[in-house]
Amino acid sequence: MQAFEYANPATLQDAVALLGARWGETAVLAGGTDLIGLMKDYVETPTRVVNIKSIKELGGMGKAAGGFRIGATVTLEELVDSAEIRRQFPSLHTAAANVTSQQIRSAGTVGGDLCQRPRCWYFRQGLGLLATGPGGQSLPAEGENRYHAILGNSGPAKFVSASSLGPALVALGARVKLASPKGSRELPVEQFFVTPSAEDARETALQPNEILTEVVIPAAAVRNATYEVRQKESLDWPLATASVALRMNGSSVASARIVLGHVAPVPWLAADAGKALAGKSITEETAAAAATAALAGATPLSQNAYKVQLARVAVKRALLEAARGRA
Amino acid sequence: MSEAPNYAWPAPDQRRQIGQSPSRVDGPAKTSGRAKYASDVKLPGMLYGVLLTSPHAHARIKAIDTGAAEKSPGVRGVHVISGAGTEIQWAGTEIAMVAADTEEQARDAVRKIKVDYEVLPHVVREEDLSRAAGRAKPAGERLVGDPDKAFQEADVVSEGQYGIPVVAHCCLEPHGGVLQWQGEQVTFHASTQAVSQTGSGLAQNLKVPAANIRVLQDHVGGGFGSKFSSERWDAVAAMLSQKAGGRPVKSFIDRATDLTIAGVRPSAFARIKLGAKKDGTIIAWQSESWATGGFTGGGMPPIPYVYTNIPNRRQNHTAVSVNAGGQRAWRAPNNQQASYLTCSAIEDLAAALKMDPMEVFAKNADYTPRPEVYRAQLAKAAELSEWKKLWHPRGDSGSGPVKRGLGIGINTWGGGGHASQCRTTINPDGSVVIEIGSQDLGTGTRTIILQVAAETLGLPMNAITLRIGDSTYPPSGASGGSTTVGGVSSSTRKSTMNALTKLYDIAAPALNAEPGQLEAVDGRIRVKGNPSRSIAWQAACRKLGTGKISEMGENNPRSPGGLNSSGVGGVEVADVSVDTETGVVKVNRFVAVQDCGMIINPKLARSQCYGGIIMGISTALCEERIMDRVTGRVINNSFDAYKLAGIGDIGEIVVHLDIAPAHDKRGVIGLGEPPAVGIQAAIGNAVANALGVRVGDMPMTPDRVLAALERRNA
Repeated sequence: MQAFEYANPATLQDAVALLGARWGETAVLAGGTDLIGLMKDYVETPTRVVNIKSIKELGGMGKAAGGFRIGATVTLEELVDSAEIRRQFPSLHTAAANVTSQQIRSAGTVGGDLCQRPRCWYFRQGLGLLATGPGGQSLPAEGENRYHAILGNSGPAKFVSASSLGPALVALGARVKLASPKGSRELPVEQFFVTPSAEDARETALQPNEILTEVVIPAAAVRNATYEVRQKESLDWPLATASVALRMNGSSVASARIVLGHVAPVPWLAADAGKALAGKSITEETAAAAATAALAGATPLSQNAYKVQLARVAVKRALLEAARGRA
Repeated sequence: MSEAPNYAWPAPDQRRQIGQSPSRVDGPAKTSGRAKYASDVKLPGMLYGVLLTSPHAHARIKAIDTGAAEKSPGVRGVHVISGAGTEIQWAGTEIAMVAADTEEQARDAVRKIKVDYEVLPHVVREEDLSRAAGRAKPAGERLVGDPDKAFQEADVVSEGQYGIPVVAHCCLEPHGGVLQWQGEQVTFHASTQAVSQTGSGLAQNLKVPAANIRVLQDHVGGGFGSKFSSERWDAVAAMLSQKAGGRPVKSFIDRATDLTIAGVRPSAFARIKLGAKKDGTIIAWQSESWATGGFTGGGMPPIPYVYTNIPNRRQNHTAVSVNAGGQRAWRAPNNQQASYLTCSAIEDLAAALKMDPMEVFAKNADYTPRPEVYRAQLAKAAELSEWKKLWHPRGDSGSGPVKRGLGIGINTWGGGGHASQCRTTINPDGSVVIEIGSQDLGTGTRTIILQVAAETLGLPMNAITLRIGDSTYPPSGASGGSTTVGGVSSSTRKSTMNALTKLYDIAAPALNAEPGQLEAVDGRIRVKGNPSRSIAWQAACRKLGTGKISEMGENNPRSPGGLNSSGVGGVEVADVSVDTETGVVKVNRFVAVQDCGMIINPKLARSQCYGGIIMGISTALCEERIMDRVTGRVINNSFDAYKLAGIGDIGEIVVHLDIAPAHDKRGVIGLGEPPAVGIQAAIGNAVANALGVRVGDMPMTPDRVLAALERRNA
């Protein structure tokens, strides 16, 4: 790990002022479950690390203007323990509970989950975010890609978004708030995640001198659920996830948002599949049809066609669970 | 004087310690964190050694420049391991080591070493033999009987292809040590399975007399066969210690390097054809197998496994050399692979015969070295797994996406006792010290030594001080091959018995008895059959005056004298559920019936079985070293990407130890490896039973399961 300066600001204003204008100069530390490993492996080599856990306003959650607010430094364990989250947003609760490591849930934060870097093994070995070989070839495309993207992978990015909470938050129509020295801005979560097309680009809309401060989930009665296909019970990255949010009109769907996780460089909003559910009730058949529609555009790599099937199953099972109304 | 002692184990009804299940004596130290492993050792002035390794799988070093690294802050020494001209044959090969004041400084400095490589073409994958051209070395055909004729005479012939990938040992404590070379002396705080032996290799590498090397170890965080010898980087760390004026150097490698170069289990693949009569009798075997253990090839599974006497056989094996880190022993070397290949083929044959595999395994037990044992174990495993109720013919798995299946695995192993010496000292104050140059791999070796000593001396375990883990103690064998419990129990028995005999000589006059009439029970020396004529242990010892008793005992593997023996078998049944929509396999229950000799501590014996089964389930469901064709590297070189099962993935484990008078008479037999063999076989067969189709290649991951289902449905 390269030597770095450690800053522990007490206010958001001080924190953003400590951040550099270019990626790689500074890094934001919350739970540290991802950053510290990246620094040990020299994938990240910041010269200054800014701890944001001492900034009180970044914690806490509860009802707020525009919906339900979750501070960036709220831990995954706090999400799991929240009766309110469990009641209103079971999709988010499930996503957090599926991080089956007590240590990571206790230390890892909501902001950290959204900002964590991809788990692509080429990236983690220091071969770059896009992992391009010396001849310009894509290492994942030509090499080992069993866990890589099956959607949104036509560009140079083949990794999958590692965020556990992202799909549920996109499905729920949540927004993130970002603070910089110039003030703050808000974005829908689906616009927070971006697919980079250059090695020096990033996989989120976050700027080097910005801090994700909170997430706001709009207040609306939606049935929602997450289904994760994960090989192991113990801590493991999902092979495919689906989070769905259904606005119901009696027993039929008024509108649906279907979001896939761990199958694309971003949480993948399957907009058409959601639209096709409008006016229908959720049955085995309509859920399976929506699942097929959600994966219709899949372009698997050489070793990951099986993920298409897993993602379909995740969509179908998430829809059925949401329709059953776990709350 | 007393006559030669009778070392035989006490009869079962006379045992007071042996056969009891005290918890392991180092349990509290381990669970509280007080136990210190070599990787916890932190000495004053200690430097941190960090390796630079090759990023290329095959390359020639044209030039190496360590100048910038040597000037880097905190650096006390740089040692080049692979100089200019060296041809590298696998990624991760050691290039150089830096020793610095902190680990971070050493890591920073290592990155400043400039190496100019000429990159050469590599081959890192072996699962497709047809693509391993030029790297394959056939071992030649082995022919027994007349397989061609037998296949013609067979009523049913089944064929299948099965494979197990390379897996890593995944010791939680990586490989390395803390080394200090001061003057003539080298002290080696080692993470080792061989306290008494590991110094000799280091001595050769350092060109110092073996007598000048002292190896120390309190606890080891896993070895599984990968920690018998000192590492190349241990010797380098010692040289850097000497260069730094005797400051100790810590040489432990990081996880990525550990998963790349610190040993793996070889792969094994085979196409197997079996021929049988209608009644299930196997009459012919044909196999083409291949495997890799790294650049030097290696890894030849002994197939057919257990069913060794199938009368007509044609076997071909090919060793494949790949540009990858080399193999080391892995808990029952080659047996895991052999069991998987053989049991999978037998289960597929049973399906082709439309017979219950339990019947086919039992019917052919005469081909095994112990037919009666295996038949009885199959029956017991069937009972414990509710085989009759839960087993179903292939494909007959009921409705719903989740299918349940049962499958059989078989194991065997030798055991015996390694060469071991023990010294027992009885002091005039009654205190007792046992010294053995052995090690406790976490198996409970400390505990069973104390049980044996307490049994012999008639003392409670906590009245005896045990010292192990130091190469200055009497030498004892490396802990491998399930030979430790047999070795140390025997040497301890003999040494304590020899010491006690001396004490009888001292105590006899006070009891007006002959030494041969005495026994040691409940902290007293007494006349056999007359407990009223007794003297307290301490009182007897006081008669030593200022002297003390110090007696050796030795286990000679060639003449164990009935205290230990060799050769066991076991049968396992896995009960799994498979989600046919996701391909996710869950283990519901795992039943193991294990033959064993005289059990010193049933709780620890069962723990060995649990550990072996957990390790086996992990390899069956998750584990594989993945070599990247493009970069030639181990691409899953972290515990994030190299998947290990967690406790939630294991399911219920049912262990039945075959404790019986006939087995007890055989003496102590190690249980390190046998219970770890056959797990993958049982799970693979259970998955095949659940799905109605064979998933040939381990591990049973969703992609492989779904691919097999696609083949079935095609």
